[in-house]
Amino acid sequence: MTIKTVKDAINDALVQSFEEDKNVILMGEDIAGGKGREQYQGTQDAWGGPFGVTQGLYTKFGGERVRDTTIAEAGFFGAAIGAAMTGLRPIVELMYVDFAGVCFDQMMNQAAKVRYMFGGKQKVPMVVRTVVGAGFRAGSEHSQTLYSLYTHIPGLKVVAPYDAYDAKGLLLSSIKDDDPVIFMEHKRLYMTSCEVPHDLKPIPLGKGRIRREGSDVTIIAIQRMNLFAEEAANELEKINISCEIVDPRTYSPLDEELIFQSVKKTGKVIVVDESNPKCSLASEISSLISEKCFSDLKAAVIKITAPHTPVPFSPPMEDFYIPSTKTIIDAVKKLKDV
Amino acid sequence: MIEKEKINWIYKKIFTIRFFEERIKKIAKEKIVPGYLHTCIGSEAICVGVMAALNQDDWISSTYRNHGHAIAKGCELNEITSEIYGRKTGICKGRGGSMHISDFSKGMLGSFGIVAAGPAVVLGAALQEKINKSNKTCVSFFGDGAIHNGAFHEAAGLAKLWDIPMIFVCENNGYAEATATDWHLNTKELSDITKAYDMLSYIGDGNNVFEVYDITKKAINEAKQKNTPIFLEFKNYRFSGQYEGDTQLYQPQEEIDKAKQNDPIKLAKENSSKYGLNKNDLEKIINEAKEEVDKAFDFADTQPWPQPEDALEEVYVNYPVEINR
Repeated sequence: MTIKTVKDAINDALVQSFEEDKNVILMGEDIAGGKGREQYQGTQDAWGGPFGVTQGLYTKFGGERVRDTTIAEAGFFGAAIGAAMTGLRPIVELMYVDFAGVCFDQMMNQAAKVRYMFGGKQKVPMVVRTVVGAGFRAGSEHSQTLYSLYTHIPGLKVVAPYDAYDAKGLLLSSIKDDDPVIFMEHKRLYMTSCEVPHDLKPIPLGKGRIRREGSDVTIIAIQRMNLFAEEAANELEKINISCEIVDPRTYSPLDEELIFQSVKKTGKVIVVDESNPKCSLASEISSLISEKCFSDLKAAVIKITAPHTPVPFSPPMEDFYIPSTKTIIDAVKKLKDV
Repeated sequence: MIEKEKINWIYKKIFTIRFFEERIKKIAKEKIVPGYLHTCIGSEAICVGVMAALNQDDWISSTYRNHGHAIAKGCELNEITSEIYGRKTGICKGRGGSMHISDFSKGMLGSFGIVAAGPAVVLGAALQEKINKSNKTCVSFFGDGAIHNGAFHEAAGLAKLWDIPMIFVCENNGYAEATATDWHLNTKELSDITKAYDMLSYIGDGNNVFEVYDITKKAINEAKQKNTPIFLEFKNYRFSGQYEGDTQLYQPQEEIDKAKQNDPIKLAKENSSKYGLNKNDLEKIINEAKEEVDKAFDFADTQPWPQPEDALEEVYVNYPVEINR
């Protein structure tokens, strides 16, 4: 039995992919760190990215494949697209998803569209690894999730793993995938751990997961919200309310069937999303359920999201911003009484 | 010849910033405050020297490494500290935190967490000054890492094309995050990049507050006289890591030791008699600065936290629908 943190599971998936395919390369800001000071002992590979996730890759695979960049996302994202079209499998690191704005054109207008608009002759097998999430007291420009921003764009695939098992399995798949994939890592989950078999097979994109079986209420939880959904379910079990937790894991493609099956079973649904509410994954999933499972529903779908504000810095306000276990418990109780 | 009052101001500010940042480093170690902290130890002379050439109502933009700019621009020390502590009385009401210390009423357009976000915003303020035939000076601070970013280049190109007399101030502190500047530059001198825009540029010693002041003052006059943007590169050394908690493995000890010989505070002290300050004057200023910093931290410590629901305020100027949880 091997217990791994999300951070180490991602590193393992990267190492394995580098070993399996010589076309896999990694580009990003300080993904090694210490560039320009290699002559001093101990300065190479000084960072491994701001969270240390890519540590060791530079030493193992060298600077030709593990490339530190300047602070020029539009440049190296564009380069990843060209490299991907011509045979490499680039992984680029967007240090925080909040920096999406400075290189969004590359993903929205080039990576997502070249295959379609140029007659299906080319493919863009690249992965954007990025860090999302509030709860780090990192303020408005380093704390967003922005899941729906990428999910909205046809041509992009979006993955957001909750635990180390899924992180490894889904990253292996994302790197092998022939389409551009946005792989979102939650900063508050990096140090959480679970069992990850050494020989874990890639987990196909578009397959969700039932994290807890139950019969009264379905909770569809997005990434870190699985933690609060689980806490809520444990509490509710004590008063004989049985919750089923569905973790879609990938948002484009979305495992609609898995969601609909659970809705058919319970007829009562809560969607929990850390993002802002407008045009969010919560609203998308809720609308799909209303459209496709109307006759199965015993009550309107409840969405639990952040409010329509930027992420505030100060702890009391940030804690208020993030959906909580208590909000989920209250919503479940409300539905149970229906 | 600099007037006595300004010299005292310069000394007071430069020590205040150093003491403030040393205190921040200490509380970062003790994990007293939430979130990311980026201190500017080694940048004091640039913050103070540039600001000495500005009026309070001139416009600046800063970055996530902003404490020194905010202090030098005249933001209230109590409010800065309270913000870093996440308190309701903070300069941004607890919504911004250390990375976004900024007070519009003191001429700060913003402290942006996105690299190279500032120059274009300052360009816009300078355009406004031009259109309204006002004469406020507009300065954008950014680090050497920002010069590879498209947003910087687009702002530089427009500023030159539109004859906008703004000042680009690049703090070349030796590192872009954990990457050495001498590795990431493609040109011999950083400021050579302005050649593409045929923009005037000057290089100065960013450790010498009086040189920074002098160059900035001249640049502002020249920019306004010639109706042209000017790029200033001040060279210094980032003694702090990228953020507090950074292991700084990539900054070799011998490099730090060498840089310490040109520490801006050390130079300021050495130059004090040249600027008419005797030992007692200097000591008095140092004590005052220390005392003010201590008071600000004591103040912050006693300030109330915001209410959770305060998070919902001021998203818009005007929004006909109530924002709630």
